[in-house]
Amino acid sequence: MSATEIQSPRSGQIAGKPESGKIAPKYRRNGTSRGNFEMLAWLFMRLSGVVLVVLIFGHLIVNLLVGEGIHAIDFGFVAGKWADPFWQFWDLAMLWLAMLHGTNGVRTIINDYAEKDSTRFWLKMVLYAASAVIIILGTLVIFTFNPCPVVDGVQLPGGFCPA
Amino acid sequence: MPTKPAGTLYRGREGMWSWVGHRITGVVIFFFLLVHVLDTSLVRVSPEAYTAVIGAYKNPLMALGETGLVAAIVFHAFNGLRIIAVDFWKKGAKYQRQMLWVVLGLWVITMVAFAIRHLSLALGGH
Repeated sequence: MSATEIQSPRSGQIAGKPESGKIAPKYRRNGTSRGNFEMLAWLFMRLSGVVLVVLIFGHLIVNLLVGEGIHAIDFGFVAGKWADPFWQFWDLAMLWLAMLHGTNGVRTIINDYAEKDSTRFWLKMVLYAASAVIIILGTLVIFTFNPCPVVDGVQLPGGFCPA
Repeated sequence: MPTKPAGTLYRGREGMWSWVGHRITGVVIFFFLLVHVLDTSLVRVSPEAYTAVIGAYKNPLMALGETGLVAAIVFHAFNGLRIIAVDFWKKGAKYQRQMLWVVLGLWVITMVAFAIRHLSLALGGH
């Protein structure tokens, strides 16, 4: 093939010794206190990405494309979904995976563009604080939500509520 | 005087622009997600609060915004699968350009279908 074929750093080919399965020393970045964190983050982005494609496409199809689409979305729509543990788990998985995937993506971008050490540190602290608040809030909402509230002494209608 | 680097494999080409697109769509989706969890959390406040805020989404301008957001999500999703193929498939790096055109083709098809369905639902008087 052509001379421009790209060799992956992880292909394990060290100086003519094919497929040793090891990362060439010049590409090895651990040995510091960070251990394997960056490699695990890299792997997480790919694994969570595949799952998120399924979860988010399903979310969009069910909420926007089926039936009367966006017109159907109101309190009763959300209550109907979260009365079912299947959708509680679906939305919980989507919340955690999307937030961790997005937080790690923005962390990478901050590391790339913020050159001053203190700027980088504080931007990431703001990012982590915001992400923690959103993940905890979303989790609590999914699990403490009551799909059958009594408003002014009247039970809201809904086939999923006990009579 | 700085000169433009002679033809490279990456700079200014499909590889670089798909990376730029992936970053921009990723950031857009992340900030939407923060807002989306907050607005959905209103179901915990009261049915009226949630339905009122969601009602604000149901206008033609937001319908276009939602279509733009879904365009960002679908590009990020398909290009993300391409990145996984580049990383894990033996011939991924070799075919990364062709895979980008597949990504863009599928993105156009998906978005035409989505836009027809969503905009006719959202804009069609109900």
